[in-house]
Amino acid sequence: MTNNVEVTREIDARGSFCPGPMMELIRVIRSAQVGDVIAILSSDQGSRKDIPKWVAKASHEFIGVESLDGYDRIVVKKLH
Amino acid sequence: MSDQNRMSIVVFDGTVDKLFPVAIIASGAVMNDMRVDIFLTFWGLLAFRKGEPYKVSKISKDYEEWAPEMMRVLQEKKVPSWYDTLLQAKELGDIHIYACAMTADLFDLGLEDFEPVIDEVIGVGEFISMAQEAGTTLYI
Repeated sequence: MTNNVEVTREIDARGSFCPGPMMELIRVIRSAQVGDVIAILSSDQGSRKDIPKWVAKASHEFIGVESLDGYDRIVVKKLH
Repeated sequence: MSDQNRMSIVVFDGTVDKLFPVAIIASGAVMNDMRVDIFLTFWGLLAFRKGEPYKVSKISKDYEEWAPEMMRVLQEKKVPSWYDTLLQAKELGDIHIYACAMTADLFDLGLEDFEPVIDEVIGVGEFISMAQEAGTTLYI
C-alpha cells in the first residue's frame, strides 16, 4: 500500500535510537509543506509505536508502515 | 488546578546516566505537546556551566562498574549526547530551563556563566508555583 504513494521526502533514521526518529519526524513535518508525504526509515522499537500515535494526536495522516529487512518504513502525510 | 499538558522536572543529579532521562523525558513531553519547566539545582545545574555539558562523563556511584560499558555502547551505537537530545527537545517543543538561584549564589554563578540554553535564574518559590500548575512533577 505504501509503495503506491509518491513520497516527497525520505528520512533515514535507521540505527538512531528513541527519541531520535520521532523528533526527526517532528522537525521535518514542521518544515514541510501541507500535502507533503514523508517516509521515515526506523529500526527502533519505540518509534514504531510512537510515530502512529503522534500522527493521530497531531491530526496528520498515517498512510502506512512496511516492515522491511531489520527496519520499518513509516509513511505519513502532512495535513495542516 | 493541575494541567495534564504541563510537566515540571527538578534536576538534582549531574551524572550522565541521570541527565539522559531528563533529556529523553523532555523529548517524550514534546511528542505529547506538553510544556516542560526544568529546574536545575546542585549537581544538575553545575553540569550546565559553559563548556561542561559535553564534558560530563561521571555515572552514579552505585553503578560505576557499568561506566566503561555504557560509554562504549553509547559511542559504538552513535547515540546523541544527553545534551544534544535536550537541545533538540527545546528546539522542537515548549521547554523552559531554569537555574536554581540558591545553587547559583552558592557557587557565585550568574546566568552568563551557564550555557545559553538556560532561560533564567529563579528561586524555589517561583519554580514550585510552576510545579503546582503541572500535572506531572519529576525529581531526577
